[in-house]
Amino acid sequence: MREALLLFLVVVSGTGGEICVTRAMKHVGEVKDFRPLAVVRVILRAMKLPWMWIGISMMALAFFSLLAVLSIENVSFVVPVTALNYAAGALGGKLFLGERVTPRRWAGVLIVCIGVTLVWLGKR
Amino acid sequence: MTSTAGLHFKTYCMLLIMIVFAPLGNVMLGKGMKNIGAAATWAPSELPHVASRVFMSGYIWLGVASLLTFFVAYMLILSWADFSYVQPASSVALLVVALLGYFYLGERISRLHWAGIVVICLGVFVVGNTPPRTTEVH
Repeated sequence: MREALLLFLVVVSGTGGEICVTRAMKHVGEVKDFRPLAVVRVILRAMKLPWMWIGISMMALAFFSLLAVLSIENVSFVVPVTALNYAAGALGGKLFLGERVTPRRWAGVLIVCIGVTLVWLGKR
Repeated sequence: MTSTAGLHFKTYCMLLIMIVFAPLGNVMLGKGMKNIGAAATWAPSELPHVASRVFMSGYIWLGVASLLTFFVAYMLILSWADFSYVQPASSVALLVVALLGYFYLGERISRLHWAGIVVICLGVFVVGNTPPRTTEVH
């Protein structure tokens, strides 16, 4: 039960955070210059956006939840289960970022969910 | 680099960095946290003690460094590619994590568990071949 709650936090808070970070980075614009100084400048520009900080906070919560669940469960169980991010990601990308999610992508998400169920059932 | 070939090349470079460093980071965190002990006994009064052990662990710092490398690549790629494209494509990392867990950490993985991991990767493969950008550039 405890690990289920922690995994839920890892997935929901992690995906929510990534969606916020995506929003911030799309606002910054496409990165075309990969020299170290230019990359640092892009990061600093992103750090000025509130979406970036909301995203980072949610990802931090997901990170500490991940640490907690990793102390209880094996990496080879925890990380595949966090693949539920794909379901949350497709849903979030569509709802919050206006991305077009194709039927093929939805089918993939469904297969991922079946896989996560098998991993969960095969745990012991 | 605005051509389709250029866009795909830099996308694949970033994905490679993500696929190497994300599993490495997770495995290091797993090893570090297993050394520290189960969270089942984490009473609120014990948290500072646990936190200090977490921050003193070399494995945790190695894991954090790996995940930071992953995160920078991730931030860069998200500036041009769709979130719902990047996330599935980077999930080859899941198989890498399972293999590292099995061979490096010696974790026991049942046949059903392996089957589940393979099915997840299959799902990711189905998701994979979609164009990197579906929204308009402003």
